[in-house]
Amino acid sequence: MDLDLNETLKGVVDGLSEGFSDDLIEVYQSCDHTYIRVEAAAIVRICKYLKEKHHFIQLCDVLGTDRYTSEERFEVIYNIMNLRTQDRIFVKICVDEENPSVQSVTSIWTAAGWNEREVYDMFGIWFENHPDLRRVFLPEDYEYFPLRKEFPLLGIPGSIELPNTTPETE
Amino acid sequence: MGIESALGEGFLTTKMDALSNWARANAAWPMPMGLACCAIEMMAFAGPRYDASRFGSEVMRFSPRQSDVMIVAGWATYKMSHAIRRIWDQMPDPKWCIAMGACASTGGMHRCYGVVQGVDNFLPVDAYISGCPPRPDAVIHALMKIQDKIKTEHSVLLDT
Repeated sequence: MDLDLNETLKGVVDGLSEGFSDDLIEVYQSCDHTYIRVEAAAIVRICKYLKEKHHFIQLCDVLGTDRYTSEERFEVIYNIMNLRTQDRIFVKICVDEENPSVQSVTSIWTAAGWNEREVYDMFGIWFENHPDLRRVFLPEDYEYFPLRKEFPLLGIPGSIELPNTTPETE
Repeated sequence: MGIESALGEGFLTTKMDALSNWARANAAWPMPMGLACCAIEMMAFAGPRYDASRFGSEVMRFSPRQSDVMIVAGWATYKMSHAIRRIWDQMPDPKWCIAMGACASTGGMHRCYGVVQGVDNFLPVDAYISGCPPRPDAVIHALMKIQDKIKTEHSVLLDT
């Protein structure tokens, strides 16, 4: 596939294929964005490399996706940006359905903290070495992960409490 | 004011219910529970163009203890529903509730796990307004329906 890469992105792709040839799975482009698929085990090393050597100092977002496939069901996508050249890349890793767990990148970008909590909240993907991995939006004792495909659209009836409509009299 | 001169030395007979209902219906102070974009239309409802003060309802009270009509304007999440119910419980009786717009009435387009599918799941709603968001006229219409309802109530003498 022909890649239309500028200087920064070319440096990234060349650097990764040199230093991380075992971990780099593919590089592709879609809708003017560059996607890099890597092995999940190497995510912290690769992110550290991208930040330190290629100045991708801003973590814009961390996303989860549920592809609903039998293998490598979940995907975690890191949207990172080089603030010197305004280049953006998406780093993707795949996570299995059984015991979904990846290394946290909070040691590299502190901003990942809440984003990873949100991914955990919605998909149940565990981030190891995260300083404070709790739910963000849903109640602490909630048992389900609502953005997983098998979760019903309207939720599980009675799983979130409604207020008491017969208040105690004083 | 004015009624003294019309009556002169005379007097007026009425029923206590009719008098208090008349007073209540024309001073239904809203509790603005503005949760989403409907709140913007609710502001227009209170503003000079639509002029809710013609109906005695221009005084938005941000204290539940001073208000009579709660206008739930917008979608209520499960998390917010507890706050709404708490404010509703703090409002003194008699009180009325308007579910403004599709979201407050039925959940509207927010057909998902986090949004209560209609505030009537935890509030006794007196008037529903359709629309997304409804025009301020529709809010006035609902207010007039509430006024009609107030005027038919037995407010002083309870049947118990």
